[in-house]
Amino acid sequence: MIPPAFEYLRPNTIPEAIAFLQQYGEDAKVLSGGQSLIPMMKFRLARPGYLIDINRISGLSYIKEEAGYLKIGGLTREAELENSLLIHSKYPIIFDTARVIADPQVRNMATLAGNLAHGDPANDHPATMLALGAQVVAVGPQGERVLPIESFFVTLFTTVLQHDEIVREVRIPTPPPRSGGAYLKLERKVGDFATAGVAVQLTLDGGGLCQKVGIGLTNVGATPVKASKAEESLRGKKLEEAAIAQASQLAADEAEPSSDLRGPAEYKKGLVKELTRRALARAYERAGK
Amino acid sequence: MAKKQSIQVKVNGRIREGQVEPRLLLVHFIRGFPGLTGTHVGCDTTHCGACTVMLDGKTVKSCTMFAVQADGCELLTVEGLMQNGKLHPLQAGFKEEHGLQCGYCTPGMLMSSYALLEKNPNPTEEEIRWGISGNLCRCTGYQNIVKAVQYAAGKMEQGGKDDLPNIA
Repeated sequence: MIPPAFEYLRPNTIPEAIAFLQQYGEDAKVLSGGQSLIPMMKFRLARPGYLIDINRISGLSYIKEEAGYLKIGGLTREAELENSLLIHSKYPIIFDTARVIADPQVRNMATLAGNLAHGDPANDHPATMLALGAQVVAVGPQGERVLPIESFFVTLFTTVLQHDEIVREVRIPTPPPRSGGAYLKLERKVGDFATAGVAVQLTLDGGGLCQKVGIGLTNVGATPVKASKAEESLRGKKLEEAAIAQASQLAADEAEPSSDLRGPAEYKKGLVKELTRRALARAYERAGK
Repeated sequence: MAKKQSIQVKVNGRIREGQVEPRLLLVHFIRGFPGLTGTHVGCDTTHCGACTVMLDGKTVKSCTMFAVQADGCELLTVEGLMQNGKLHPLQAGFKEEHGLQCGYCTPGMLMSSYALLEKNPNPTEEEIRWGISGNLCRCTGYQNIVKAVQYAAGKMEQGGKDDLPNIA
């Protein structure tokens, strides 16, 4: 399949890229990993007149801890997250997520920032970033904006990013001791979007009670879902079977899946319930109980 | 039609130049050269991996990348695996272990396996299956592909490419 014709521009710096985005307005799209955009162009679901390829902009690929945050560069690939010792040891929820995204070849190109900026509720990182309370650092003509992930997703394929903004970095608050997280996804086969997915990140207090918890859901609504009621039900509680069961039910209630090839809506709600139960148990275990 | 751009890509060690429309997919650019049709177009939708090539040392699906993006980069395609008239141990492995039937997925399988063995010369069966998880095969049920990669890993561990069969 051949996409519609477009002009290709390859800036070397962020200001240059932003200048192109301003010049060509809504007719321009940022090309990052391209693993969602290019298929959409081939299906002609997207027909940008200008592609601004940011892949050659240097200094945008990194994973580092700094000033209380884990900072992930705008061009950091999924494969880099998957192979990072820091991610593997300290942020297992991100490791869980990266390794179930598409397949090895796609992960060599695809980026975390693109996974968020694309605004697809079927993508995996949004739920994980909701669970982690991440921030998206966007840069545009007026400078930088730090966008909390909770208000980042507007609707299907739409985020609060302006057409002339680029995601420069994703920031995640460094979890305190006694924290743990997990991402669980059911997919029909490797490379498929989630039938449903659940991300859980929690922190225990000195007494082993749940002090902080974030729960995000994949592909069960027009946007990624933050299961706020489920989170609320767990605060200050011991993560015993009854509390976990209640939170899992609340998460299922908060999901708004639609019936499709991957299954009927009721099945997906049931799946959210079970995945939430398992993700909570795994996160609890990783937090050191 | 958007104006054409000049690109230069090193394919299997040889510089290849072209005037390309930005929308030209990398796989079509590669296949446009005589003798480089080993990289296949399979599903054309980023699923099957038949179009897998190595770009600057990493596997990518060349149906999901524009040729202009590869400007200045180095590519390895299935044609680049054979050295001095001898099959690469992976190619020998696919032959010896019947790692193919129709052969359509084979170039992509070889490239993904090649990348896997570069990173992990002695993979477990699970690691092999994980390594080729972006490549679909509708014939073999993957059993013989896994065996072929194990065969190659064994040969490469012995360090000997010399006892491998000649291409002719």
